[in-house]
Amino acid sequence: MAQKITIDPITRLEGHGKIEIFLDDAGQVSKAYFQVPELRGFEQFVVGRPAEEMPQITSRICGVCPTAHHMASTKALDSLYQVTPPPAARKIRELVYSTFMVEDHTLHFYFLGGPDFIVGPTAPAAERNVLGVIAKVGIEVGRKVIGMRRKLRDLISLAGGKVIHPVLGVPGGVSRAISAEDQAQFQQAAAEAVEFAQFTLSVFDSVVLKNSGYMELIASDAFTHRTYYMGMVDEQNRVNFYDGAIRVVNPEGQEWAKFEARQYLDHVAEHTEPWSYVKFCYLKGVGWNGFTEGASSGVYCVAPLARLNASAGMATPLAEEACQRFYSLLGGRPVHHTLANHWARVVELMYAAERMKQLADDPELTDPTVRTLPTEKPTEGFGVVEAPRGTLFHHYQTDQRGIITKANLIVATQNNSARMAMGVEKAAKSLISGKEVSDGLLNMVEMAFRAYDPCHGCATHSLPGSMPLMVRLHAADGAVLLTLGRDRDGRVVRQC
Amino acid sequence: MSEAFNPRIVGFFCNWCTYLAADLAGTSRMKYAPNVRVVRTMCSGRVDPQLVVWAFRNGADGVLIGGCHPGDCHYQEGNYKTLRRMGLLRTMLAQLGIEPDRLRLEWISASEGERLRDVMNEFSAQIRQLGPLETKSSVISSQSSVAQAAP
Amino acid sequence: MAKPKVAFYWCSSCGGCEEAVVDLAEGILQVVEAVDIVFWPVALDFKRRDVEAMPDGAIDVCFINGAIRMSEQEAMANLLRRKSKLVIAYGSCAWMGGIPGLANLTSKKAIFDYVYHQAPTISNGSAVEPLPRTEVPEGELELPEFYEKVKTLDQSIEVDYYLPGCPPTPKITLEAVEAILKGALPEKGSVLAGDRALCHECKANASKPEKLLIKEFKRIQEVIPDLSKCLLAQGLLCLGPVTRGGCEARCLKAGMPCTGCFGPLEKVHDYGAKALSALASIVDSRDEAELARIFDAIPDPAGTFYRYSLPASLLGGRRQVTSDK
Repeated sequence: MAQKITIDPITRLEGHGKIEIFLDDAGQVSKAYFQVPELRGFEQFVVGRPAEEMPQITSRICGVCPTAHHMASTKALDSLYQVTPPPAARKIRELVYSTFMVEDHTLHFYFLGGPDFIVGPTAPAAERNVLGVIAKVGIEVGRKVIGMRRKLRDLISLAGGKVIHPVLGVPGGVSRAISAEDQAQFQQAAAEAVEFAQFTLSVFDSVVLKNSGYMELIASDAFTHRTYYMGMVDEQNRVNFYDGAIRVVNPEGQEWAKFEARQYLDHVAEHTEPWSYVKFCYLKGVGWNGFTEGASSGVYCVAPLARLNASAGMATPLAEEACQRFYSLLGGRPVHHTLANHWARVVELMYAAERMKQLADDPELTDPTVRTLPTEKPTEGFGVVEAPRGTLFHHYQTDQRGIITKANLIVATQNNSARMAMGVEKAAKSLISGKEVSDGLLNMVEMAFRAYDPCHGCATHSLPGSMPLMVRLHAADGAVLLTLGRDRDGRVVRQC
Repeated sequence: MSEAFNPRIVGFFCNWCTYLAADLAGTSRMKYAPNVRVVRTMCSGRVDPQLVVWAFRNGADGVLIGGCHPGDCHYQEGNYKTLRRMGLLRTMLAQLGIEPDRLRLEWISASEGERLRDVMNEFSAQIRQLGPLETKSSVISSQSSVAQAAP
Repeated sequence: MAKPKVAFYWCSSCGGCEEAVVDLAEGILQVVEAVDIVFWPVALDFKRRDVEAMPDGAIDVCFINGAIRMSEQEAMANLLRRKSKLVIAYGSCAWMGGIPGLANLTSKKAIFDYVYHQAPTISNGSAVEPLPRTEVPEGELELPEFYEKVKTLDQSIEVDYYLPGCPPTPKITLEAVEAILKGALPEKGSVLAGDRALCHECKANASKPEKLLIKEFKRIQEVIPDLSKCLLAQGLLCLGPVTRGGCEARCLKAGMPCTGCFGPLEKVHDYGAKALSALASIVDSRDEAELARIFDAIPDPAGTFYRYSLPASLLGGRRQVTSDK
């Protein structure tokens, strides 16, 4: 008799996502459905709003990465009004953005995804959090992580007004110039950030890379998918978070496409399913072939691993060194192991810190001219950045007065939604066989998920967060046979 | 259907002019549409946009504001403020699905009883044409004490 | 004496309020030690079953952020209301509906039509959109319902206090927590922030003219303002005069006008109507045609004045018309 397993935070919490796993008569997983149960409808309710309000309106898609939306939106306004910001403004924007990337990647590595490795995937769940990390790396480091995060966030507030929902983005510039005192603060923080990133790389080295068990886990087939990869690159095809062209490589690592923001409609399409509010992105040129992988499936991947795969390397020396090591240890380009995202994230952390330093040291940063007033009439604008969780597209059309008539947002995690769905199914299939459902299922499925650092606030333009999960096993007659969940201390709890 | 519909109009009339015109219309036994419920205010400038929105929320199909002619305001500036507010308010009401014609601002002096009669007849006919507003059915029922108290 | 039990929860939220609490935790370790956090999805795993198992009123204070958009959020809010002695609406969305509340200017149908059928990247035919129940070959899948309108928290459950802001600042959050610990909360239904307009906190206040009259409004892309002087006086649409202070005027410090996220002052019932009133009253014109031209610079009064507060407003949003169904 077919059985249904529900991984359902909805019934325990408000939904970030839920997973339904169906077993066939032999007790093997026949299908897993990953459902995102939220929608807000930003793309429609921004119609009628003045375009210049979009950086502050769209930042409310996500309070964890508001700066990403703010910047993509601001760039879309430059494009809309065909206006180029003065050099100082562009540098301020990229500096704030780099600062944000350092902060966000730090948050994810130490608080969210990193604990899986630093503490260990088989460690008790109660220890697999930032406190466990601190116990492992020491209280001094713990203080450093928390202090670093706060310092970086204070800097974003300094330049952007608020760190949660910054306000500095205007068409053709930024709202406020950077003073010499401000610059000094950025420089000091950037120097610390570079040191901190190096330290984090060494933590990853000593805790993960030297642990063969972890390395096996990373390379295991359960967490591997051969898809296309997308990321933003500069003219030398090196990773850039703020600006550049969007490059896509195929599962063999060869360039499949490279396009400007304004051409995204030729390349990105969305597929809808009736059982989820999130839409599934795929490559238009390849086509939608269901939740499958390989060269004939348009499913693709974004975020740290994808960005490294879609690039020819990193634009700063220490990051490039780390990147080369990454590929040499993992068997060359491209790397298909989802869990390698954690490592790729640390490589990116290094780049973000070095880039932050370059910009902070730039003498042009304190130039008082930070605005170019638009002169052209607005029609259509495209703005793309790399959010921590992936490529973020903002596309606006307006009337002659600059009032939004149409908006389209393809948001970071959403690009990954198909691959995540596949990842959950694959993890489930490799862990559930016969009628035995192991306690490890919950941990492993969460790991497949957490590697993407999913931000469903962005994905459905609805609700963000980490993904606490619960597993429920239903018999075909609807009786609940088994519940696996976590108690409030994070311990896996089994109820029959 | 429009025969059955009897518009409910709230009229905010300034004490110094339009309200006196209403008195005049009454004492002169002028016949006019009975649809306007009059609320006397000391100045048209007292008509906070919140009062207009409140009226629409609570069943008014139309709101009529009667103030002194420009230059004649008993408090100098009050009617100018009304003029400024109501123009922008109409634009906002239109965005909220309330036809701008449902809000009307007229300058009617104390001696213009006939004019007031004409305005009330005309406005009532216009609202009858537009039909009932029926906001009560679409406003979210609220437990909020704030939303239920009068401004 | 047992530590007070505290919970945090989020409805239709961007997560910024959760981040604000995380930011705060770093600064108030002693306060965190003084409470027992029993429920916090962002940081701790928790089962709904555990909440259901608690006796009613077991949670001393529950901070709920986010507006009510989906059926599940309302269900959870109701559950937490039963289990909590005090519920605090945390942030603009919970108090007034927030930016997601702008959806009340459109309709559920328009949202679904665009998001799932008409967006330029949509491709798999116009028939597919999310449904409450879907039959798949293996069984049945469910999704929560997307309501017709966004609601504030207090339109679903009884709320004891409100903390304003998008998100609330660490400072006012800390003050509220301290008031709770001291048992020094004001009367029920209060907004836990001061009651003075933002202008009082703005460093440009001194440069604001005694009699402020605007000849022209300007949209931000039309002007480079003098950041040392009052932005409203320069024609930028700053809602400082009608917005509750307490946010330390951070947007102003970065050179941008206030957009009203801290909501109305105490005696105001409809923030948007009041903001419109205040801004329109100070326009320096007596001519209807000239006024219309000046107001061209405010092309979206509903979106501008009700940006954070539409569901809480007297009308709640756009009146539904038959084509919305």
